[in-house]
Amino acid sequence: MRITLVRAALLAAMVGLILNALNALNALPAAAAETAAAAGTTVKIDNFTFTPQSLTVKAGTTVTWINEDDIPHTVVATETAFKSKVLDTDDKYTFTFTAAGTFQYFCSLHPHMTGTIVVVPAGGGGAAP
Amino acid sequence: MTANNDQGAGLSRRKVLECMTWAGTGVLWTVAGGVPRSLGLVGEAHAQAAGFTFMQISDSHVGFDRPANPNVLSTLEAAINKVKAVPARPAFMIHTGDISHLSKPSEFDDAERIISQARLDVHYVPGEHDVIDENTGKLYLERYGRGTKGAGWYAFDANGVHFVGLVNVVNLKAGGLGNLGADQLAWLEDDLKGRTDSTPIVVFAHIPLWVVYPQWGWGTEDGERVLGMLKRFGSVTVLNGHIHQIIQKVEGNVAFHTARSTAFPQPAPGSAPSPGPMKVDDDKLRTVLGIASINLVPGQQRLAIVDTPLQG
Repeated sequence: MRITLVRAALLAAMVGLILNALNALNALPAAAAETAAAAGTTVKIDNFTFTPQSLTVKAGTTVTWINEDDIPHTVVATETAFKSKVLDTDDKYTFTFTAAGTFQYFCSLHPHMTGTIVVVPAGGGGAAP
Repeated sequence: MTANNDQGAGLSRRKVLECMTWAGTGVLWTVAGGVPRSLGLVGEAHAQAAGFTFMQISDSHVGFDRPANPNVLSTLEAAINKVKAVPARPAFMIHTGDISHLSKPSEFDDAERIISQARLDVHYVPGEHDVIDENTGKLYLERYGRGTKGAGWYAFDANGVHFVGLVNVVNLKAGGLGNLGADQLAWLEDDLKGRTDSTPIVVFAHIPLWVVYPQWGWGTEDGERVLGMLKRFGSVTVLNGHIHQIIQKVEGNVAFHTARSTAFPQPAPGSAPSPGPMKVDDDKLRTVLGIASINLVPGQQRLAIVDTPLQG
């Protein structure tokens, strides 16, 4: 009886360990994928610069701009496709690009700040982001 | 001495812009004999006989609370106290823009509460931070735009000097600099028409009208057009803000000056990765916002600069 109990406890512990390990395995790729996706659809505004200055995404992608400067900025498409409100420090702006094309944009407060979003068709083998 | 439109052209053409002085953001100007010059250090100016003086403040950025200056209201108040302490009472004040940081009603309210303590008429032009409400400057025009045209430009006369307030912070084009636009230029051409060459002209706008540093957007795309229109006048003074530091030059009969901010300093052109607010040690802040005196020796076109910090 005592032996059985010990075995049961050991078994339970081992199962627990295995489950934890599996969880960890599952969690790792998920987190990595999330980071990669964020990096691929985010434009940082820092030091009066859009980074990356040119970003390529698939149609249907939502792009996020984050202002990390101590000065407000805006994100305004040159051809009026999109226009953010003023973004204070840490404010974000998102826009979903449904159509393929090249979109030039700039900061309407500091127009020397410019950037480009290149939207490619969503079709093909890869899953749409 | 009173200003005189018909003062000998020779005087004007000698560029008798003798002495200009900044205190933090406050610049004390006097106009005697038809040309602007200073009375001396703000706060120390002696009551001189010369009749006409005015102040310039700039870039108060009310609402800014980042590390470069978490308390912009107290530094604005310090600047206004300097204005109040001037013994020779100025006729009025000009504010060359960026009154607020985010064009919020509360920011304009706070600015007004402090600036009004100077008990002077204030002639404003907007900075880009004053026109970022949802309706791109509607709030600014409601508060400061009475009697102005377009986005808020206007002209007035005082003591024989013709003052022109221009707006170069709206409808900016991608990749470009400050912008005045065709409507404003046409208005200015008309406004200057018929004025005698000997009329002293003071032009003020937020972004420098001449190109200081295009890599940071410090200049005005069509500013050259204005300078062309002003070429025939014997005494032209261009006063700007935006770059939060003193930079000046003299070109022909035109003297250019930018004023300091009351809020925070910005780096010298090209000396930092970006023109963002420059953080200095807390005990150094008012040193940076201190007093500078700028002199133009008569007969020479070069300005001599003497910086005198408020502290230190």
